[in-house]
Formats: sequence, structure tokens, C-alpha cells
Amino acid sequence: MEEKFPAVWVEGEISNFKVYSSGHAYFTLKDENAQLRCVLFRTRARRVRFEPRDGLHVLAFGSLEIYAQRGDYSLVVELLEPKGVGALQLAFEQLKERLGAEGLFNPARKRPLPRFPRKIGIVTSPSGAAIRDMLRVIGRRFGEIHIVLAPARVQGEGAAGEIAQGIRELNALGGVDAIIVGRGGGSLEDLWAFNDEMLARTIAASKIPVISAVGHEVDFTIADFVADVRAATPSNAAELVVKEKRAVVEALADLDGRLRRVMARTLATHRDRLERAAGRRVLTDPARPLHELARRLDEARARLRQAALAALGRRGHRLELATRDLRGLNPVARTLHGRRALIDLHGRLERALYRGVDRARHRLGADAGRLDSLSPLAVLGRGYSLTRTADGRIVRTWRDVGAGDAVSVLLHEGSLDCRVDATQERDDRLQV
Amino acid sequence: MTDFKFEDCLTRLEQIVSALEAGNLPLEESLKVFEEGISLARHCARYLDDAERRIEILVKDEGGHTTTRPFVFETEDEA
Repeated sequence: MEEKFPAVWVEGEISNFKVYSSGHAYFTLKDENAQLRCVLFRTRARRVRFEPRDGLHVLAFGSLEIYAQRGDYSLVVELLEPKGVGALQLAFEQLKERLGAEGLFNPARKRPLPRFPRKIGIVTSPSGAAIRDMLRVIGRRFGEIHIVLAPARVQGEGAAGEIAQGIRELNALGGVDAIIVGRGGGSLEDLWAFNDEMLARTIAASKIPVISAVGHEVDFTIADFVADVRAATPSNAAELVVKEKRAVVEALADLDGRLRRVMARTLATHRDRLERAAGRRVLTDPARPLHELARRLDEARARLRQAALAALGRRGHRLELATRDLRGLNPVARTLHGRRALIDLHGRLERALYRGVDRARHRLGADAGRLDSLSPLAVLGRGYSLTRTADGRIVRTWRDVGAGDAVSVLLHEGSLDCRVDATQERDDRLQV
Repeated sequence: MTDFKFEDCLTRLEQIVSALEAGNLPLEESLKVFEEGISLARHCARYLDDAERRIEILVKDEGGHTTTRPFVFETEDEA
């Protein structure tokens, strides 16, 4: 016996949640007062967007089935919704938590965008607002760029798979420098494809940097967390990936200018140094060092020659001196020399002697004549006389004698003995 | 497409300019990298001049292989 009851809403906390290999899930809903066994068949389980697990507070919609044999009943769940928070929101949080724990959002995993991509892949709907916005922005900034669009539905059943497929194809295409994955704004449901776990893993596995650009600024999806760069909007993604051509051209022109200026400066510096160096004689007259060397060589040669000659000369002189000394030391020579000197001396002595005698004789004659003229006797001959005192002193003045003194007067011939009558100071000689 | 990578060229050019501006290179080396830099700058400039707008879309051919064909966005010029 089996009886059907009308469908009911039951609120409670999940416990003993278990999924069997059949895909059917069994659990118990309970509150403080009661509990109810529930079954979630596989076909229904697929529609549940969050992960049912123990402790979650849920609303279950379904019908009660009674198993008469066992005498119990259970709720066959048609819909399962988290209580309080939306199912999608819960699923989002759950996936975010799980992938985050796996490290898929780790900043260290994120790759930098190429500064100058030449080929950009875009995964989005070919008819959506996102591609239009992106092409417009890119065209404005740097029109001459290669864009490859991987068409994909961006909402609804299968969208996540198509987006992931687009990412894989762009990776396989080659030459793509960056991939933009996105769509325009929409409801949480519309953006749901970007919260797909498989898509998140595809983004993480992409060899090419991925920029997510889903919805508006306020919308965050799992794709945003796992992407290398999150752009607020598709337009923003285009701006982040494609630099303005003007800026690139300017940057290049700046580099080119700096390159030429610094080289000109480097050359000028080296030229200055070269000129300073060239100002030195070594370079103004390259032969100069040779001349200098030649001159020094000549000088050295001349000095060497002089030195040699001087040395020879000194030796010659010494030889001469030595020879002479040696000759002087010869006994025979010395005897001859001595004898010659003796004869010489003898001669000189003899000559000196004769010369001295002659000179003496000559002087004697002259002296005799002079002596003769000086003799008082000769004076006496001319009438003069010589008066002397008794003791023989010659009287020259009246003071030499006194009256009564005896004087002797020597005449030219003979003498007179006289007595002084008187002495007079005056005489009668003519005054001249 | 050649192996020319604008980004690599520009990075190398920046390195050269920085190295020259640092002024530590001997003259021979300076001249060498200067020539390289001029060549790179010329390459980059030519790339910018020659770059052309290309928008393609991935499509599957009959054999299921992915190829590309030009993509035209019908309402591109709407305000």
C-alpha cells in the first residue's frame, strides 16, 4: 500500500548527507524537535547549484513517499535551496573557498601582461556588447593590432564549456600574447558561466595570460579571481592590454633620442680625451721618441769613446810615469846621474868661486878709491886740520873744551900741541 | 609573421640606452651596442608603421579543424 501526499516545503538542517555511486543522494533534515529522511535523485541533484553538505540550513521542496513494507516514509526532494542566502551565492562562496584553498588565486601564480602584445585573443560572444566595446577601444588606442575572436556563448547551459574551449583553442593557435575572457553586464544568473569550476581550472591552466572582464565593476566571478588580471569591464580590459599607440611611438622616439644623445656624448668625451692625449708630443711628432733615442744613443756613444780614451790616456800617462820612475830607479842610471851632478856641481862651485873673487877684487878697488877720498888725511891736504882733546876726542864745538884745556891739532903734515885761551860761541865765518 | 617580438626589442633597446647612459662601457662596446640599439629602434619603428589592423574569428572547417577567417562586426560603427 502506498499513498501519495501533496508536495510540501520542509525547512531544516542537513545531516548524514551521502552520495551513492548511483548518483542519488540521501540525507536527513532535522530541527530541534524532529527529523525527516530525504532522497535526492541524480536527475534532480544535477540542478542543485550549491554543494549540499551537513550543517547547511535548507529549504527542501518535494513529496512524501511512504514505504508500507518498512512502515516509514521519506521526502523525495525536487528542489533544494539554501536558507537565507541564495543557492548561487552559496555555490559561489563554496567554489571560491575550495579553489582558494587549492591556491588557484595565489598572486604568485599570476603572470604579467605583455606590454606590447601583437596578437590578442578574445573569448566572448561575437554579437555581444563586450566585443563591440573592446574593438572600439582597441581601434582607438592602437588599431593596427591582430585580434582573434573565439566565439562562445557567455550565458546559459553550456556557456562555461564553450568559453573554456575558446581559451584552449587560442592557446593552441599560437602567437597569441594575451587572452581576454568576458561579457557585458547582466544578472547573477547571466554571469554564472564565469563561476564554473571547470572554466576556472582552464583559465588557471592557460599558458597565455588571461584577463577577465565580466560584467560591471561590482561584479566578481570566480574567473576574476583565477585570471592573471581582472578588468572591471570589457572596455577596461582592452585598455589594460592595448597601450595607446601614441604612447608607444613616443616611448620609442624617446629611447631613440636618448640612444643617439648618449652616444654623441660618449663620442665627444672620448674625442676630448683623444685630443688631450694627442696634444702631447708623443703624438704630435711620432718620430720624436726615435730622434730622442738616437740622440741619446749618440751621446752615450760619444761619452763611451771619451771615457775609453781617457782611460787609455790615464794608463798611458801612468805608464810613462812608471817608466820614468823605473828609469830613475835604475842603479846604473842613478850612478851616472850622480856623477854628472857631481861634475856639474864642481863646475858651478868653481865658477862661483872665481866669480866671487873677481867681484871682491873689483869692489875692493872701488872701495879703496872711495876710502881714499873720505880719508881725513886727504882733507887735511886741502888745509883743514883736526883738533882733538887730550883724551883723543875730536873737538867739533866750542862746548867740547874749556879755557886752559890742552888740545892737539893734527895738520896735513905734523901736529901742534896747543892750549885753549878762550872759547867763543860766535865765530867770524861768513853767514850764508 | 617573423620571430620579431616588439616587446623583446623594446626591452633590449631600453637596456642598451640605460647601459650607455650609465657610462661604464668601453668605447668599442659602446659603439657595438649603439649600433644594435639603432637597429632595434629601426625595427620597432618599422613594426609600428607596418602593423595592420586584423580582426579574425575562429571557425571550424568541415574536418572539424579550427581555422580563422576575417571577422566583421556588423554594428561596429554605432554610436
